[in-house]
Amino acid sequence: MNLTNLLRIALKALSNNKMRGFLTMLGIIIGVASVITMLAIGQGSKKGIQDQISEMGANMIMIQPGADMRGGVRLSASSMETLKMADYESIRTEAQFISAISPSVNSSGQLIYGANNTPTTFYGVSADYLDIRRYSIDDGDMFTDQDIAAAAKVCVIGKTVSKELFGEGDNPIGKVVRFNKIPFRIVGLLKSKGYNSMGMDQDDLVLAPYTTIQKRVLAITYLQGMTASAVMEEYSDAAIDEITEILRRNHKLRDEDENDFNIRSMEELSSTISSVMDMLTLLLGSIAGISLLVGGIGIMNIMYVSVTERTREIGLRMSIGARGRDIMAQFLIEAILISVTGGLIGVLIGGGLSYLIRTAFNFGTYVQPWSVLLSFAVCTFTGIFFGWYPARKAAGLDPIEAIRYE
Amino acid sequence: MITILHATMTNQKEIIRLEGISRNFIVGDETVHALRDVSFTIHEGEFVTIMGTSGSGKSTLLNTLGCLDTPTAGEYYLDGVSVRLMGKNDRAALRNRKIGFVFQSYNLLPKTTARENVELPLMYNSSFSASSRRERATRALTDVGLGDRLNHRSNQMSGGQMQRVAIARALVNDPAVILADEATGNLDSRTSHGILVLFQRLHAGGRTIIFVTHNLDIAQYSSRNILLKDGRITSDVMNDNIQSAADALAKLPAEND
Repeated sequence: MNLTNLLRIALKALSNNKMRGFLTMLGIIIGVASVITMLAIGQGSKKGIQDQISEMGANMIMIQPGADMRGGVRLSASSMETLKMADYESIRTEAQFISAISPSVNSSGQLIYGANNTPTTFYGVSADYLDIRRYSIDDGDMFTDQDIAAAAKVCVIGKTVSKELFGEGDNPIGKVVRFNKIPFRIVGLLKSKGYNSMGMDQDDLVLAPYTTIQKRVLAITYLQGMTASAVMEEYSDAAIDEITEILRRNHKLRDEDENDFNIRSMEELSSTISSVMDMLTLLLGSIAGISLLVGGIGIMNIMYVSVTERTREIGLRMSIGARGRDIMAQFLIEAILISVTGGLIGVLIGGGLSYLIRTAFNFGTYVQPWSVLLSFAVCTFTGIFFGWYPARKAAGLDPIEAIRYE
Repeated sequence: MITILHATMTNQKEIIRLEGISRNFIVGDETVHALRDVSFTIHEGEFVTIMGTSGSGKSTLLNTLGCLDTPTAGEYYLDGVSVRLMGKNDRAALRNRKIGFVFQSYNLLPKTTARENVELPLMYNSSFSASSRRERATRALTDVGLGDRLNHRSNQMSGGQMQRVAIARALVNDPAVILADEATGNLDSRTSHGILVLFQRLHAGGRTIIFVTHNLDIAQYSSRNILLKDGRITSDVMNDNIQSAADALAKLPAEND
């Protein structure tokens, strides 16, 4: 007996009992739809967070002072003085694995323009900072290396600051604002980046030459930190090793000494978040997987009842020439058809649900091709696995008894 | 007389040959002898009724003849092929090609059209294409007088019609022998006679038919009658005065409702 005939027979048997077939399928439909939706939610959140990280600069490396003791008192990071300008210069000239580096000295306070004022943070940085943090200039220019050398009183402001001080329409370029009684001329306006994943406004900032902040605002010579960019995200670890080496050498640390600085990378953060999200996805997926399993058991249950109910049909088929394996194949194909059709509908519903969640609730979902393939494979396997036992029972029937079964 | 009649038939092809068939069942500690040393030969074109009360072994004999069961001892040749040592799958293939079954309770597939039911044996024979299946099923149904009901579903038909579909299903593979098991057992007298008319017509057309029944009236319409009792053949006679089932049907009182 060939496959086409078997398929025909199985289809016919299924269409004779549509309601039952559908109800059996329902378990698989719900199972597959929930697996796909859950995985889509998990993958979507992961992707969303990764996107935001890469928006912030996925290959960003942050260098902060650390372990600075003064008279036995461990100091807070901002008042530590272990990072010097010389360190910045060494890293900038020596490190191979970084593409950009900027010192970082910050000061918070009120920024005043005329009758308006707004609380904000001044970031004393170099021009590289734009690349590192993926900022770009919307209007005007970034301050130049000459501005840095001269500790010029110029600044570049974010959209939020601009709106607070100048309102929507007014062009802030060329205006002079005051910070800590020091007048700064605005030379550029940053393109808006919106809020980041932690809910921080990325447009509420002012960038100024680090020399200006060091000399005119904070009156310090050390650096509060440095921000760098690895040439590629994959080289973040190599870059960290390299910077560590340079800093330890510069700080004349002996082998047994602890680092007097901290280096963290976005890559590190991103992989931590990724693994957390993977865990979440796995958890959601396994819960959904259980419902798929229950659906599979439903198939087995129905097929089992069906074999008993159709004993006479099986007896007849055998007496007119069906071999045991023909009967087995028929019931297996019925089970597989139920599970695969259910799986197909489940995939469609799962995809639809993911789309609905994305559009209606604005929650990032991402249906991965492998999750579709996986649930489909699981479905077919479920059909074979749970159809096997009832099919074997059917094939093992004695035609003499089966044909007269009441 | 029996021997003379047998002799006249030896020019015909042997379809069934039983040589000392015994079938024992072990039930608990006891051995039940369902068939004891049964031997007979059936030639092409015979219409044989096998009769016996329940427990006479006729069901076991039918199962053996139908290759559903194998004998404990003895040889069985169906159309020249020895069945005794055949495996399950080979016997299934043999049934598919050489035997047409007609059962008491029709055993049609539910919610399935007459033609699809009749096509069923050919579905298990990969040498038939879909179109030749349809063609043969249509022809078989026309032969049993249901040419106008090809697409009626089994649940839309009367008992007599369902049995005709079952007979068409038994004919569709052009079998060496048609095995009927109480084929009129579920039908009223008129419908039974209608079915017997059909069997006689098939017989007249050269078909070999074995009709197993406990209804003694049917013997008069067949060409030979084998009587079983306690697993043994007690009589095996040719019927040289075959009655016409059609005449009997005509004489039956018409239904008043």
